[in-house]
Amino acid sequence: MSEFALETRNQLVGLFGIVERNVYLTKRYFLWDIAFMVWTIANTLTIVFIARAAHLPPARENALATALLVGATIWAFLGIIFEFMTETVAWERWEGTIEYTFMAPLSRLVHLFGQGAFAVLYGLIRATILFFAVAAFIGIHAPLANYPAALGLLALASLSFIGVGIMTSVLPLISPEKGAQLGFVCQGVMLVVSGVYYPVSVMPEWMQWIAKFSPATYALRGCRHSIILGTGMVWADVWPLLIIAVLATPIGLAVFKVGERHAKKHGKLKRSG
Amino acid sequence: MSTFAPSTIDLALRLDRQAPAVEARDLRKTFRRRDRKTSGRFARKRPWPALDDVTFTIARGECVTILGQNGSGKSTLVRLLSTLLISDGGTARVFGHDVDREASKIRRLVNRVSVEASFFKKMSPSENLSYAARFYGMTPHQTRTAIPEILNKVGFPPDRRGEAMENLSRGMQQKVALARALLTSPVLLLLDEPTTGLDPRSKLEVQEFIRDVRTEHDATILLCTHDMAEAEALSDRVGILDRGRLLFLEPVEDVKRRFNVETLEQAFFAATGREFVAEESDAEDDEYREVFG
Repeated sequence: MSEFALETRNQLVGLFGIVERNVYLTKRYFLWDIAFMVWTIANTLTIVFIARAAHLPPARENALATALLVGATIWAFLGIIFEFMTETVAWERWEGTIEYTFMAPLSRLVHLFGQGAFAVLYGLIRATILFFAVAAFIGIHAPLANYPAALGLLALASLSFIGVGIMTSVLPLISPEKGAQLGFVCQGVMLVVSGVYYPVSVMPEWMQWIAKFSPATYALRGCRHSIILGTGMVWADVWPLLIIAVLATPIGLAVFKVGERHAKKHGKLKRSG
Repeated sequence: MSTFAPSTIDLALRLDRQAPAVEARDLRKTFRRRDRKTSGRFARKRPWPALDDVTFTIARGECVTILGQNGSGKSTLVRLLSTLLISDGGTARVFGHDVDREASKIRRLVNRVSVEASFFKKMSPSENLSYAARFYGMTPHQTRTAIPEILNKVGFPPDRRGEAMENLSRGMQQKVALARALLTSPVLLLLDEPTTGLDPRSKLEVQEFIRDVRTEHDATILLCTHDMAEAEALSDRVGILDRGRLLFLEPVEDVKRRFNVETLEQAFFAATGREFVAEESDAEDDEYREVFG
């Protein structure tokens, strides 16, 4: 086997290892996951009930409830991705395995992408459960919904989310104590400019300008249109997502490498538990 | 050996046979530590040399022990050679590869066992070993036979392979840590106080295992410890690292002759002017305070 082929094979096995480890951990924490799922559903209900309180005609109430539900579902989905990505470092530091993982011959791209791939898979399952559980509870009707298109858009946006997540995953390397929480700050900021529970057009102009660079803007708009109006994957949403996806991962990786070098220089690449 | 990390073996065979296993020249690492005389947000930090112009060579197949007290720089040295730290000066090469510039080449050749047996505590020994093995290119098909084999070798009871790590004793966990290191067939094994805190029986078992690794796997071993008897029993050469400075690195008998003493402990006293205090706490205490304190 040539050196390149051997290296590629080893990296793919490593990628599988990251996903496999997350499967093991998900099995071990399954009951906690159920508890967290219940909390997410309750949290989403507090948002979607706002549509009922608006006292609108039934059709408009249904549309508002669906728009809010899409926002809350994508918030939860993005939350999972950011949580997994920031925990790439924070969790391993807590368990004490960080040094073994970072001294292993696994490329950082494969390492972080493996973590992101599992997060997307896991997040999609949770988002699907959340969406249909809340929709059933509230009694949302979506007769025109094009779910495959909404899922496709979310999957496409996930590539960008992984890239942004890679950028945030470096934060616990730079600040072992508070870095993980900063990842959630990034999630909140990204969603607030992307029109999570409202159209982007209601925001000040400077925020609308920032929204153009957020993948969540296109994911939210596309998913809402697909579920409420039944539109498919519209090119106007697809091309910005494609461009951001192509740029986000290399930028994220470059940011991570700078952070990793800083951590190695200052002795921060180590366990804390 | 054939069932363990075949890709590593393949790489090991291609190593430059002329190059020493480890070659450090004027290696320096300085951290900034909070001044104990001042406190509060604006407490002054002063430079603290963890490694101060350290120069040494380890030949392939050799077992070398570095003795030193907590904060002497032992763990910093191990972490530099593991590519987890970047030096402030000097060079370190592992089998001819520079640790800063050719880290990816070195990572496949090196593994370590540290004082803390670091694992995912909710996962079982087998799951933890699988996770580690994948990084070195070992497929599920390979680990299915290799993991039970290596756990048998370190004397880990088969009926406890599926238990969560958090339910195992420290001695058991350290055996799994040894298994993890050997599973990847490292050509250079870095042992950072692998027996600290173990009961006498577990300590002897681990030492026996280290001997086996050396003879059966042709591995080069760098052992950092403050256990004098362990150093004497396992090493070809012994060095003392004192406040970041490597005072010497010689065969045990030469050390005793140099200071005209009968024990390594007496030699330590003669070399540093201080009693040797074998502390049980984390050897990386000082560095921990530097980062998190």
